Amino acid sequence: MAHFDPNARPFSHQWLNDRLAVDTLKRVLSTEYWIPKNINFLWAMGMVLAATFGVLLISGIFLLMYYIPDTKQAFDSVNYTIMSEVGYGWLWRHMHGVAASVVFLIIYIHMFTGIYYGSYKRGRELIWLSGMLLFVSFSAEAFSGYMLPWGQMSYWAGMVITNLFSLGSLDFQGLVEWIRGDYVPGQAFLGRFFMLHVLLMPLVIMALIVLHFGTLRLPHVNNKDGEEIDFEAEAEKWKAGKRKEAKVIPFNPVFLSKDTFVLGVYFIFYFYLVFYHFEFAMDPVNFDPADPLKTPPHIYPEWYFLWSYEILRPFPKDPGLIAFGFAQVIFFLLPFLDRSPNVAPANRRGIFKFWFWILLVDMIVLTVMGKVPPIGIYTTIGTVAAWVFIILWVLLPFITKAEKPVRGHK
Amino acid sequence: MSDRRDFFGKVLGAYAGLGALGALYAAKRTWDPLPSVKAAGFTTIDLSQAQENVLYTEMWRGKPIFVLKVPKQDKKAYEDKRLITVGGDKFFIAIGLCTHLGCIPAYYPDQHKFICACHGGQFDAAGEVLKAPPPSPLVIPPFTVKGKKVVLGEAGPEYKKLKEAGLVA
Repeated sequence: MAHFDPNARPFSHQWLNDRLAVDTLKRVLSTEYWIPKNINFLWAMGMVLAATFGVLLISGIFLLMYYIPDTKQAFDSVNYTIMSEVGYGWLWRHMHGVAASVVFLIIYIHMFTGIYYGSYKRGRELIWLSGMLLFVSFSAEAFSGYMLPWGQMSYWAGMVITNLFSLGSLDFQGLVEWIRGDYVPGQAFLGRFFMLHVLLMPLVIMALIVLHFGTLRLPHVNNKDGEEIDFEAEAEKWKAGKRKEAKVIPFNPVFLSKDTFVLGVYFIFYFYLVFYHFEFAMDPVNFDPADPLKTPPHIYPEWYFLWSYEILRPFPKDPGLIAFGFAQVIFFLLPFLDRSPNVAPANRRGIFKFWFWILLVDMIVLTVMGKVPPIGIYTTIGTVAAWVFIILWVLLPFITKAEKPVRGHK
Repeated sequence: MSDRRDFFGKVLGAYAGLGALGALYAAKRTWDPLPSVKAAGFTTIDLSQAQENVLYTEMWRGKPIFVLKVPKQDKKAYEDKRLITVGGDKFFIAIGLCTHLGCIPAYYPDQHKFICACHGGQFDAAGEVLKAPPPSPLVIPPFTVKGKKVVLGEAGPEYKKLKEAGLVA
């Protein structure tokens, strides 16, 4: 049986230690969780994401107090009550909308950092997979949130995206109607997407964030050279006072103070957007109330979904759906499609260097082409970019299989 | 001892599994369209007062429905097999959403055709495609003829015949 000191004063350090092992928790989770020194500001993106999620949660709580999930009242509860009646309601809404958009920018930077430095291999596969699950959950969270103001874009995006579940020629109309709870998006649809947005998806995301942190604890974060560090030996050096010699620093307080600096810079950028450029996250079409009898002339998703939307668009119905499905799942397979044992920056990995930069540029091209109307030269560029995306992933196992060991590695 | 534990483990698993299945079924049913939604899934249209070459837009399951008494002088459309005969007159009835990307085309009575403002698709007075991008004709919803009325949402013998002939979409 555990030993409880009868003389410890309630809530004193020892009293808490006996009951909650606070010292052990602090040591394992922060002061003796080691981070390599050889990193740059891109390693702060995880904390930036966690902080942005916090901003979304808090601004969301304030919005939730006045939002009404009713097809007749939702639009006004957002655009009238919250925007002009509730004190500082506009602030919460703009913070929420801008953070929802910016969080995807940071997610993409975080993902491409991982791809560039090979941070999904050699024990880090689960970090990548749990991160991809977070990406999918954030996508579901963003989409369900986009339905709530019940404007024209909410309604028609809801119509188009739920229509995808008819799976083209398989014509699963019953499944589409089940997801909507109606023949078209209506009250049942708004009610369930409200529930998903404010409860179920946030719960899933929070659980996945814990898992994502958990998957990091044993393999530790990667470093700029993909060097395999003996964390225990390096930690001993730090603890022995040889702080210059050690290749690692403790998460708390050393790494966290660097993180906090990056957070400070990030929040200047973020609040600049919130106060002066919030309109980029507010589609003008969505300021018309939902009208089932009038389709907006040009339906497009928010910028962060454009690349996968563009992969769907240039193809006929069924192949388009298959290409879209491919784009949704292929990133999950990255740790298994990359057959090279090298954990190193892409620029030192031969052909993979080109693979990485072509993929990045291709996704930017797809994003831009998803926004412009599908006419003339845009259709051609979009089609080529969609094929390049597919071909890149098909080539990946062959490119990496043939890759030579990087110097300094086995 | 271990056999006994295995056995109880299996019993517990089966018991919990049954409960989980029941809960899943209840969850599935909760997401089904409500009876009131399903009951509202039928629309009756009275065609006795319809005038030739005038487009009427009704609503069925939240979607616009085009009803057009096809003018006799438009011979090609008038002979189209997709038309529905009600009380001796020929009607074109379809979901008023362009089969390209779901915009609502407008009817031009003098030209006897539908033109979609979104991407320039055109349909004749029987909903057949005159000009791409729409890949297929305007879709005919399930219907049944009752005297001078048409009930949408219920597949009658006329609808089934059209469907078998592959003419509904």
